[in-house]
Amino acid sequence: MHRSRKWPVIAGTALATMALTFSSIGVIAQDEAVGGVPATPTGYVELDQALTETKDDGSPIFGGTNVSVQVQWNSAELDDFEATVAAFEEATGIDIDIQSIGRNHEILLRTAVLAGTPPDIAQIAQPAAMRQYAAEEALVDMTEWLDTERFRADFGTGAVGYVDGKLVGIPYKADIKSTVYYPKQAFEAAGYEVPTTWDELVALGEQIIADGNGSPWCISMEHGGVTGWVGTDWIEDVLLRTVPPETYWAWTAGELPFDSPEVRNAFDLVGQIWFAENSAYGGPTYINSTWVGQTMDPMFGEDGTATSPQCWMHKQALWYGPGFWPDFRANSATDPDYQTPYALGDVIDVFYFPPIDEAYGRPVLYAGDTFMVFDDRPEVRAVAQFFATPEGLQGWIQRKGVTSSNLNTPAEWYEGSFNTEKAAEIIGNSTGLMFDGGDIMPVPVGSGSFWTGMVDWTAAGGTNTDEVLASIDAAWPADEAE
Amino acid sequence: MRDVTLQELNRYDEEARHVGRSSLLLVVGLLVGLGVLALALVFLADRNGASNLLADIYHALGNSSGAQELRQGQGDQFVAKTLMAVIAIIVGVGGIWLVYAGANTVIEALGAKWRTRLIPWLFIGPALFLLAIFLVWPLIRTIWSSLTLEGGFSANYGVIAEDRSMLTVLRNNLLWLVVATAGSVGIGLLIAGLVDRVKREALAKTFIFLPLAISLVGASVIWGFVYAWAPPGQPQYGLLNAIWTGLGQEPVAWVQANPPLNTIFLIVIMIWLQTGFAMVVLSAAIKGVSTEIIEAAQLDGASERQVFFRVIVPNITGSILVVTVTIAIAVMKIFDIVWVMTGGKWDTDVVANRMFIEMFMFFREGRASALAVLLFIAVIPIMVVNIRRIRRQGIGA
Repeated sequence: MHRSRKWPVIAGTALATMALTFSSIGVIAQDEAVGGVPATPTGYVELDQALTETKDDGSPIFGGTNVSVQVQWNSAELDDFEATVAAFEEATGIDIDIQSIGRNHEILLRTAVLAGTPPDIAQIAQPAAMRQYAAEEALVDMTEWLDTERFRADFGTGAVGYVDGKLVGIPYKADIKSTVYYPKQAFEAAGYEVPTTWDELVALGEQIIADGNGSPWCISMEHGGVTGWVGTDWIEDVLLRTVPPETYWAWTAGELPFDSPEVRNAFDLVGQIWFAENSAYGGPTYINSTWVGQTMDPMFGEDGTATSPQCWMHKQALWYGPGFWPDFRANSATDPDYQTPYALGDVIDVFYFPPIDEAYGRPVLYAGDTFMVFDDRPEVRAVAQFFATPEGLQGWIQRKGVTSSNLNTPAEWYEGSFNTEKAAEIIGNSTGLMFDGGDIMPVPVGSGSFWTGMVDWTAAGGTNTDEVLASIDAAWPADEAE
Repeated sequence: MRDVTLQELNRYDEEARHVGRSSLLLVVGLLVGLGVLALALVFLADRNGASNLLADIYHALGNSSGAQELRQGQGDQFVAKTLMAVIAIIVGVGGIWLVYAGANTVIEALGAKWRTRLIPWLFIGPALFLLAIFLVWPLIRTIWSSLTLEGGFSANYGVIAEDRSMLTVLRNNLLWLVVATAGSVGIGLLIAGLVDRVKREALAKTFIFLPLAISLVGASVIWGFVYAWAPPGQPQYGLLNAIWTGLGQEPVAWVQANPPLNTIFLIVIMIWLQTGFAMVVLSAAIKGVSTEIIEAAQLDGASERQVFFRVIVPNITGSILVVTVTIAIAVMKIFDIVWVMTGGKWDTDVVANRMFIEMFMFFREGRASALAVLLFIAVIPIMVVNIRRIRRQGIGA
């Protein structure tokens, strides 16, 4: 268990270092860049071949080859990913066959791997699943052709992706989770201040209720078969703020059970916000039954203008945004060019989920996507190496302002995007980045009993904490618990 | 099969000798055919086989640039794929013909006694072979997995016995079995009885039968909108809550709260789908009840209800049993509705869904296999009832 505890710490530190590289950025207009390919020599053998060497007829050496990449991303995210790899396909002649699956991605991948017909490359959001595949020896060990000086400088030697000393995953996109969306203009109109400590956060909630302004919190987690992850993010974020990092990692490794004073305390603190009278809009039923994409609809009020919110704060990762605003959802189907008037940073803004105990600093919770490789061919290596370069995400960064796990991503790519500037600001002020604990726990817990536990806990209005904690612990695989 | 007399057999043998030479030719032809078949299979197994073959053809025709493109995975790929499909059909159909013709030739050559014994097996053989590969072997493997993987029997079956959430799973399966089966058959029978008297019977039956044409996943998506929940005060886009709040009630999260009632709401989807099937079969059975019996009952002064329950229903018990067994088996292994609507959350989990999650999300083949075996054992009694009934009726004996 030792190794699995260690790498997320280092990965977190690596992301914090990245923050410093783009924390001093100015604001310029966002242009419609489509990304590019890295300059040669890239530091990777096959990638250099793909970009420079040619066949007898002058066409790129890997021209006409096909590399399949299975991803979870669909709709808007699929467009972003396609745009991101377009320049690479153009330059190398490699056809990247993107298999966009959506929310059943992990299951289809599992089936394909069991059947012996995996894609060449696949994206995964849970490093726990990657560790499982690595243990089954389903993954290509990329140490020889990827674990170069270049890679270690870009991601740090402890990056997500090293399992038992082998390099089996390429960190790609990263998402900051310790953020709270709030209606900035309505806050100003009502005279509310952005809370910077836990006590201020709780006091603000009480004041909103006392003022008769509805509920302080918008919370909901319905997401079909993966319902519950919103709740696990809350527990992780609160736990990070009440225990030292070592305790957090011990928890993710199964050494500290859920049924412990530390974790119980985190549940109690979350429960005070979730289940107190009038605290969360619509109560436990709203939390359990409302689709995550609709969580903050009541923040826009009955008239939909966000001037008289029915709930005021929504804790959600930074990938959330105008795509989920109610006016956008209502209009974008008929008008593809629809732009919401409720812009991020103007009408709606984001603040950092405040620390609880200053002794544990200002931690930031994050999660990220990783690429795994299932087949070792020169053109597959080239594509994998491309994903490891900053250019592998460039198009996406410039289209949507996502954050790369690559530390050497040029700072200017992030300029002009609300999300990345906000991420830079939050990371810049933080004392450490911590990987999503549920995503590194064994899957039966992290994607199983932890999620189900949050649903059951909510259904009972937080009255069955003992039972829930015990049931989450019970799912821990016998051979992995210590 | 009618008994074959010795005389007839002797006559067949005579004929066989007559065509002795031609059957020798046939054997040679078959061997050549099987050789071609083997070559074709090798060709089909090669991903780029068709492209390369077409490239060779193009090359022979003098179109070398077209051939070049094809070899690089470009050019007339559609033509190549069509060529591949045609070859595959010829190989598939021709192959099956060759197998049967070949085996038939061999058996014909064996003489009368063996011929009558072996010919039935020739025709059942392939079906048995396929069943063995795709049904019996996986069954054995699943049982073996459940006994040997991840701590073996005690661990995999122990979890089912000890895990408290498994109790909920088993309760839900029982609910499904009883409510969904009884609901579909009961409502189906009722409608079949009523619709018998309707003027536009075909039209009425069509509407009730239509949902059967919808896939379980499609139906779940549709019903997702029926059951949708929005908080009080917001527009209720869910049909059921729109009606419910219209009556002055608070909106209800039909599937995301109040277990085990929410499972009943999922079961309603299954009933909606299966009622049409029950109705069609039972309606046909009702039409088979002879009018003399019904008229006799009516002349004796039986009321409509008495005629239905005392005369019609007892006369169609066979059909009712068939429908019940068919639906019960479909319901026992229910998965799609639960997976799409709730993913098994909110205490709506069922055995098949848990099995799927254990296998494909949690990577625990042993536990998944144990659940599969459990489901298999649970279905056995229903199968036994069905087989006994078939025997009693003398079908297939």
